[in-house]
Amino acid sequence: MNLFDILGPIMVGPSSSHTAGAVRIGYITRKLLRAEPVEITIKLHGSFAATGTGHGTDRALVAGLLGMRPDDMQIPSSLEIARSKGISVSCSTVKLRDAHPNTAMLQVKSADGRSLEVVGASLGGGRVRIESVDGLEANFSGEYPTLIVRNTDQPGHVAEVTTTLAQLKLNIATLQLYRDTRGGSAVMVIECDTPIPSQAVTWLESLPGILKVTYVNVEEA
Amino acid sequence: MAFTSIEQLEALAAQPTPLWRAIMTADAREQGLSEEESLRRMNGMWQAMRSASRDYSAAARSSSGLSGGDGQRMLDYAACGIGGEFFSQVIAEALKMGECNACMKRIVAAPTAGSCGVLPAVLIPFQQKHGTQDETMVHALYLAAAFGQVIASRACIAGAEGGCQAEVGAAAGMAAAALVFLKGGTVSAMAHACAIALGNLLGLVCDPVAGLVEVPCIKRNVIGAMAALSSADMALAGITSRIPADEVIDAMREVGDALPASLRETGRGGLAATPTGQKIARQLNLEPK
Ligand code: SF4
Repeated sequence: MNLFDILGPIMVGPSSSHTAGAVRIGYITRKLLRAEPVEITIKLHGSFAATGTGHGTDRALVAGLLGMRPDDMQIPSSLEIARSKGISVSCSTVKLRDAHPNTAMLQVKSADGRSLEVVGASLGGGRVRIESVDGLEANFSGEYPTLIVRNTDQPGHVAEVTTTLAQLKLNIATLQLYRDTRGGSAVMVIECDTPIPSQAVTWLESLPGILKVTYVNVEEA
Repeated sequence: MAFTSIEQLEALAAQPTPLWRAIMTADAREQGLSEEESLRRMNGMWQAMRSASRDYSAAARSSSGLSGGDGQRMLDYAACGIGGEFFSQVIAEALKMGECNACMKRIVAAPTAGSCGVLPAVLIPFQQKHGTQDETMVHALYLAAAFGQVIASRACIAGAEGGCQAEVGAAAGMAAAALVFLKGGTVSAMAHACAIALGNLLGLVCDPVAGLVEVPCIKRNVIGAMAALSSADMALAGITSRIPADEVIDAMREVGDALPASLRETGRGGLAATPTGQKIARQLNLEPK
């Protein structure tokens, strides 16, 4: 946690975990979807479920999905903005197993029919952790440029990806590996110190055995 | 590297570099920021605190209708304050900031939005009284943030995890250290001030009425600021905390873990569960599910 996680963010109230953190989860989800969602289903867990509406958590998640940052003065009117854009928003509560008390599950659809499910936890002070993407464990903060590579669970893919990054002189901050079943599909979550060029993302996607590559850089406009 | 113990900070203070600069350098390197960028950002935090205070509107009300106007009430009364004008200003500043937050205005989470009033409540009146340069105020924020970083790493800074001691308590510890710095105290005095402030607020529960960051949050910023002032003064007077700061923080974590869920931002215990608290929640249609 860096100093500006402690002092900061500059944000619109009333709650750093329920408002600012939620805006961030929404924002990262939008980045992962790479489009403005046309359909938004929000499921709130734990304290998010208990006090979410009072803290404006639903508004905050929607604000982030609309591309707003935590200090955007329009956050309080995000639901109205979504409605005026014809975006459908529904919100309910859910009980997730072993989840952080401030957890939201977002199911979003883009205009071209792609859908995405993201589970994110708000850890306090506006910091978040994306726990899973499309049901597969992810575990990243969005504080670094992050690459999520889904591949078939076969030897060699990690080396391919890390070699590509090394050739581009991109330094890896953290690397995590997950898989659902042996030989099934696996996920690499790589946080880098510097942004990853889009050609590299396209190149990785073209490699055999790589099923999907998702890249998010929250800092990039 | 993030700081994980107050001891580390005390060791760093033995170096010839001023402690705030050593803190900034370590963090900027870790984040890949230039020192100018880090200073610019921290100054941005300070200026945002000042503009939130300046732009306070006595007429603003939160959407629930529960809060607003108390900061102004306190300011109007300030000259008659029992603890003198400075204390009244600190109280008013804490209320103003808490109200800005409740009214969905722009504030600086320090360390959280609910506890955003504690640091500005002591820092803004301090600057007014002593005419301190903005630059020095920004240095004080580095100190506060480093103490907060240790609290976050050894314990937590979220009411949902550790109760209000982790929000207002943490803010009080950070503010106490910053005040000792501004008065030219040693790092050891900062550590004692932080330990005393946090120790005195140990066990503070998180019980927002109707789940809103309004009652008791806004007024709790006042007790955080008061704890910071008194702890800083005690430490500057040479009074020490018998329990070292790191151990107080560890105790805060344990107390937080022991708090039942009803007292950790679920709106189901404490003041939220009182008949009036529940009535307010019902009226606002915000009963905990
Ligand atoms: S009572 Fe809870 S929500 Fe309110 S300031 Fe304290 S920790 Fe934050």
